[in-house]
Amino acid sequence: MDRILFGDNQFFGVNHMSEEKARTQAMRFQDTAAIIEVLDDAYAEGIRTFMCTTHERISEVCEHIRANREKYPEFKFYPCMPYAHKYANAAAELGVLGAIRSFLPEENAFGAALKGGLSLARKDIEGLASLLIDAEMKMFADLPAPIIFLQNVATDFLLGLGFDEAFRIFANHVRERYRAEPGFITMNAPLLCDRLERIGIRNPLICTNLNKIGFRMSGGIDAYENLIASGRCRLIAMSVFASGALPPREALEYVCSRPRIQSIVFGASSRRNIAQTCGLIQQLTSASSGA
Amino acid sequence: MLRAAIVGLGKMGLSHHSILNAHPEVTLKAVCDTSSYVLDMLSKYTGVKTYTDHEALLSKEALDCIIVATPSSFHADIVSAAIERGLHVFCEKPFGLDPQVGYRLADSAEHKGLINQVGYHYRFVAAFTEAKRLLDRKLIGELHHIRAEAYGPVVLRPKGSTWRSRKSEGGGCLFDYACHAIDLVNYLAARPQAVSGTVLNSVFSNDVDDEIYSTFHFPKGVKGQLATNWSDETFRKMSVKLCFWGTNGRINVDRQEIQVYLRSLPEPFEDFKPGWNLRYTTDLTRPVWFYMRGEEYSAQIDHFVQCIKTGATPISTFRTATDASLVATMMRDDAAKPYTAVVPLSAPALSITVQPVAKAPPKSLVRTLVARLLSAGET
Repeated sequence: MDRILFGDNQFFGVNHMSEEKARTQAMRFQDTAAIIEVLDDAYAEGIRTFMCTTHERISEVCEHIRANREKYPEFKFYPCMPYAHKYANAAAELGVLGAIRSFLPEENAFGAALKGGLSLARKDIEGLASLLIDAEMKMFADLPAPIIFLQNVATDFLLGLGFDEAFRIFANHVRERYRAEPGFITMNAPLLCDRLERIGIRNPLICTNLNKIGFRMSGGIDAYENLIASGRCRLIAMSVFASGALPPREALEYVCSRPRIQSIVFGASSRRNIAQTCGLIQQLTSASSGA
Repeated sequence: MLRAAIVGLGKMGLSHHSILNAHPEVTLKAVCDTSSYVLDMLSKYTGVKTYTDHEALLSKEALDCIIVATPSSFHADIVSAAIERGLHVFCEKPFGLDPQVGYRLADSAEHKGLINQVGYHYRFVAAFTEAKRLLDRKLIGELHHIRAEAYGPVVLRPKGSTWRSRKSEGGGCLFDYACHAIDLVNYLAARPQAVSGTVLNSVFSNDVDDEIYSTFHFPKGVKGQLATNWSDETFRKMSVKLCFWGTNGRINVDRQEIQVYLRSLPEPFEDFKPGWNLRYTTDLTRPVWFYMRGEEYSAQIDHFVQCIKTGATPISTFRTATDASLVATMMRDDAAKPYTAVVPLSAPALSITVQPVAKAPPKSLVRTLVARLLSAGET
């Protein structure tokens, strides 16, 4: 796993600080070419991993990378699924079951859809989950996707329900079908780690908010500090800038001074910002490891 | 440990299920829904006890409290049955569709000393709480205008198969969406005394409204305007924004941030200064014990639990929620009233040429011209 991962919130109008900024970003990136331009900048700055949602527009990015593999020989994806708003909006319009049905694959009517119907009818969550995962993974066909994440709304929803079996089903399917490592994004890392261990997922890969001010670190910053120190899981830090509430150096000092945090995911829209953040991470990482 | 149950496992019911189940002071005893499919899944994988009939649930389970998250038209019956059994009740919004029933339920819950709360979760969004604090303190002086807006991507096609698209079940933008903005206006400023010029318009839906516009009239001549549209996909998710104009400044507030403009600051107040003052959700939001989809959803459930423990009155009650329904009902009635017609002025009016004058014409001349134009229009 690379030290620095590139996120995609900035491309899809996600901004936790300002609705106006979010809309400005949505306008700027409405053409996928604008997204690819930023990814080119990131690649030029040495970033090799794109940690992205399964937003439908990512499929256009995937097509571009597939068509230009020689230009991006080391480029890889860490897909994060499902894209929650897609499901939430569909659930309001079609009901919970209607939403699930609407995301089952349409083609291969005889195969997949029938299997989906059967899975639905038999309440076979394993079959159903596999179909939904496969539907989300289709856009990454033939592209390297060595880690596949369960998105935080899904992880935390299941965590709250106590539907722990779903984590095992997800992990197994990702390992068996995609030869990939399962990862879990969460806002409740201490609780999730306990639960994953309980169902036998040891040393899990967890991507979670890690920032100096404890923003969206549920369970409290102390529980997170203990989790980091325990070495019970491999950690990827997200939201290190707490949505812009922290100045870059101060924010990165916090994560870089904790060597057990393996990777840092961040999003940026300009080459200057990408270069600055990468530079700071490298500088602070080597400072903290005493290199 | 509080013993709880949930009736209705749609999008909101499932969300409450997850949050409530994660609460350290609550035991979720049972859930109830008409879909045996969802129930079987939950029972198989989480072990929760399930019912298809809320009466059976209420009579068989020993409970302290209940969450009602069925389609709106079922709220009143289930809430009434729960109150009868002495349970504390958290009900999804809107609280009933008939304000008379709503106030009656509020009376009976209050009479029995039961905690009653409604899921107007925007009251728990930190930026709106901060806006209330500043408005109550009259930081922007005396209010004179309010604008409330809510937009989002709910109905984007002329179809829809759930209760949300059926008027008879409480669907429609007015009760399902605009109510959030109305409730925030009630909470942050005051309940309007009158409404006028209401427009309920359908964009895609056959049976219900998709966009709503209305003018609110408050005490002391304060006016407000409401604009809501749930057929707007330029917003990634529901977005509610309120603006307040006062004699000493202005407040813009949404989920992410609060912008406060102050003309002056007669006496020092915290670190506010004249001109713009910005506060972000990251600074204002208090952490929650479990985060699923926004702090406010967890915070409102915890608030319910804490109110049960301490006997405090929730900040969103049956009564305040019914106030929102009452305003919505007034708007619905107002929308049926005739509008003021714009009477076109006919051709002769255009043939009148007015000689340019070096200075503004005296009022009497304007009046004469207007009278002439109007009489020309009538012929």
